[in-house]
Amino acid sequence: MISKGFRSVAAVAAWLAAEAALANRYNLQEPQSIIAHQIYDLHTLIMWIIVGIFVVVFGAMTYSIVMHRKSVGHKAEQFHENTTVEIIWTVIPFIILIGMAWPATKTIISMKDTSGADITIKATGYQWKWGYDYLQEGISFFSSLSTPREQIEDYERKGTKKGENYLIEVDNPVVVPIGKKVRIITTANDVIHAWWVPQLGIKQDAIPGFVRDTWFRADKEGTYRGQCAELCGKDHGFMPIVVEAVSAEKYASWVAEQKKKVAAAAPDPGKQWTLDELKTQGEKLYAGNCGACHQANGMGIPGNFPALSGSKVATGPKEEQIKLVLNGRKGQFTPTSMMPPQAGLSDLEIAALITYTRNSWANKTGDMVTPAEVKAARK
Amino acid sequence: MEAAHTHGHGDHHAHHPSGFMRWVTTTNHKDIGTLYLIFSLTMFFVGGLLALMLRLELFEPGMQFWRPEFFNQLTTMHGLIMVFGAIMPAFVGFANWQIPMMIGAPDMAFARMNNWSFWLLPPAAILLVASFFVPGGATAAGWTIYAPLSTQMGPGMDLAIFALHIMGASSIMGSINIVTTILNMRAPGMTLMKMPLFVWTWLITAYLLIAVMPVLAGAVTMLLTDRHFGTNFFNAAGGGDPVMFQHIFWFFGHPEVYIMILPGFGIVSQIVPTFARKPLFGYSSMVYATASIAILSFIVWAHHMFTVGMPASAQLFFMYATMLIAVPTGVKVFNWIATMWKGSMTFETPMLFACGFIFVFSMGGFTGLVLAITPVDIQLQDTYYVVAHFHYVLVAGSLFALFGGVYYWIPKWTGHMYNEAAGKLHFWLSMIFFNITFFPMHFTGLAGLPRRVPDYNMQFADFNMISTVGAFGFGLSQLILVYVIVKCIKGGDKATDKVWEGAEGLEWTLSSPPPYHSFETPPAVK
Repeated sequence: MISKGFRSVAAVAAWLAAEAALANRYNLQEPQSIIAHQIYDLHTLIMWIIVGIFVVVFGAMTYSIVMHRKSVGHKAEQFHENTTVEIIWTVIPFIILIGMAWPATKTIISMKDTSGADITIKATGYQWKWGYDYLQEGISFFSSLSTPREQIEDYERKGTKKGENYLIEVDNPVVVPIGKKVRIITTANDVIHAWWVPQLGIKQDAIPGFVRDTWFRADKEGTYRGQCAELCGKDHGFMPIVVEAVSAEKYASWVAEQKKKVAAAAPDPGKQWTLDELKTQGEKLYAGNCGACHQANGMGIPGNFPALSGSKVATGPKEEQIKLVLNGRKGQFTPTSMMPPQAGLSDLEIAALITYTRNSWANKTGDMVTPAEVKAARK
Repeated sequence: MEAAHTHGHGDHHAHHPSGFMRWVTTTNHKDIGTLYLIFSLTMFFVGGLLALMLRLELFEPGMQFWRPEFFNQLTTMHGLIMVFGAIMPAFVGFANWQIPMMIGAPDMAFARMNNWSFWLLPPAAILLVASFFVPGGATAAGWTIYAPLSTQMGPGMDLAIFALHIMGASSIMGSINIVTTILNMRAPGMTLMKMPLFVWTWLITAYLLIAVMPVLAGAVTMLLTDRHFGTNFFNAAGGGDPVMFQHIFWFFGHPEVYIMILPGFGIVSQIVPTFARKPLFGYSSMVYATASIAILSFIVWAHHMFTVGMPASAQLFFMYATMLIAVPTGVKVFNWIATMWKGSMTFETPMLFACGFIFVFSMGGFTGLVLAITPVDIQLQDTYYVVAHFHYVLVAGSLFALFGGVYYWIPKWTGHMYNEAAGKLHFWLSMIFFNITFFPMHFTGLAGLPRRVPDYNMQFADFNMISTVGAFGFGLSQLILVYVIVKCIKGGDKATDKVWEGAEGLEWTLSSPPPYHSFETPPAVK
């Protein structure tokens, strides 16, 4: 008997522990910044207030439904209108509301205070990726979804195997040091996006033509994942945000490494690229920048996204293609196929992409676009 | 529907056409009410089909059925069709049927305009549905059609803009008609403070509609000129401001939310006293609470946009104003419960829906309070938590109130009792499947699932699967409603004039079904 009782207690305890581990399945994600902590606590406070009101109000309603029914022989009393009662149930909620508003006001004021930041990062929303600029350090990069398309698209319903961080993983995460106040400046290139990282307690719309800001200070080292939170078109669900909070030393070495990369990537104006070199570079860039619409096989999606394989643009005069890629194109009657301008990419990247598209699939132009030609076309 | 009016009374005037032309040319408030209700039921199923199609894609992670751009069209058109095609016209249908009967009038004030305001709706609905078939498909910018995403859209967006214009014109005409009818055509002795609460809530709603529908028309017109005529209202590159669109849209959009719920409050305030066999606890405080909610609805719009980056002072103002709405809303809920208290309740289908409404609508009210707290809202905005919140107030709120109203008045409208067992089954299945569908969305929203995404991480898989199963259950349960309505029109037990033992009000003094011109001589009101 004892062992049986013990076993069931142990089972319950194990279940509780498992549920506790899964607590964030039912609640906000575990907070990792001071603001996120305050939001978490505010939410908990309000939940308890609501539970209290729920019990009182629906306790009364349930009691009434059970006791005051005709089938149990209850006779209706005819009372109505009572000013005292009306005043009581107006004033009490009002007082409860003041109790809720007070801590919320304090949080609003502190979350709005972006002064005294140690690091400032500009996050720019693009359809459909994020661009980051570390303003003091001079580091810039794009950050796109790194989940392979094969994991996402399952139109034959074969059931594809998905990774742990399916749809919330990127190629280049934002790296920040812990314990430092990081100011995020948001803007956008095309439509409104929103930069959201739940565990850091920030969500800020990124608005084209305007600059907004917000801040966080990460408490602990870790990887914090978020997503674009404002509908921004076709691939709104596929432009995640990943923030890696690291120690000051690791951050310093990351910055040094990035600067070295920037220096290395800086186009050596003298370098003579070969077609194959550009094509190889272009192939890598194609998946992250073009493949979502024009597809990996270059066939596009009939009716929505034009094919590049065999297209007039990718086999015609290269000047026209450079211009189109730089400036984008508004589809005449197929607006979902509207191509966003790609001027944010470097000359080398655009040259590589165009060279790739002109020499892949059915396209065998055999010509090559150099960074210098792109640079010339920008003017 | 024909039978509803030709059955059981021979005082039809010979001068109105019959058959199809009767419905096209009708100026009768009951015929027009019926048209509105059939129209909205049809659109309810169209919008519901879209919802099931998008839930199908969300059944499991990965893209199995639709391309992302089509998924966005589904969410957008589900929202637009449900708001403008299903919920709003349904309440106008109730207004048409009930207001003349409840205030002792023969018909609506502007009978021909009434015909016109209904017949504008089918073309608008055709435009909306047809937009799926134009190049590029329907608008995929969300029902909130935020610029500049909406300026990127194709001709489907133009069709939606045109449809919104037409539906707005229809709503404004309907509202003018309702205000005029209520203010001028009450029976002698029926002072404003003796009007049934349903009439009061519609009077206030009609004013809201007249105030905000032109604002929406302005917003979509600016969108149209930005798209085609070179203006830059919402284009920063030309000196415009994309956020201005949101301000204008939500200045319309928030009162719109109350437009969709206030008449529902009115219906519930009619049903609860009837089945509690006890007068409404605080009639005048209910009227004042409704008016307060309507006035407050104009100063809370920016709580939909806490993340656009407004100053702290604006966030504070809109947070306090939003929290204040809880006070009059609480007064309403407390009043309904005080009305039940020590009554002698029975639970026919209308009362089940009214109780279900109070319970589930209040849950939506609670999450509304959570979302009113700006810092918490910033975490939850544009997540599934918001989707859960507004479906609790719109489906379990507006829609359950509408269902309750249908069961409450359909014996009066058709002269037959509906099938009570089927009605109760409809209630219980709707209630259970509604919660299976939407309750898990609170959890996915808290855990960080953004709304309007066609695919998601594995951690959200089980809750989404539950939601999809619930959605199909909810959708299929609505076929019971169609069955009940059709059976009830065709026949059934004869309804008495009073129908319900505890019913009070002028409509119950008329025969069931009522005469073609409700009150040809004004009744005396004590």
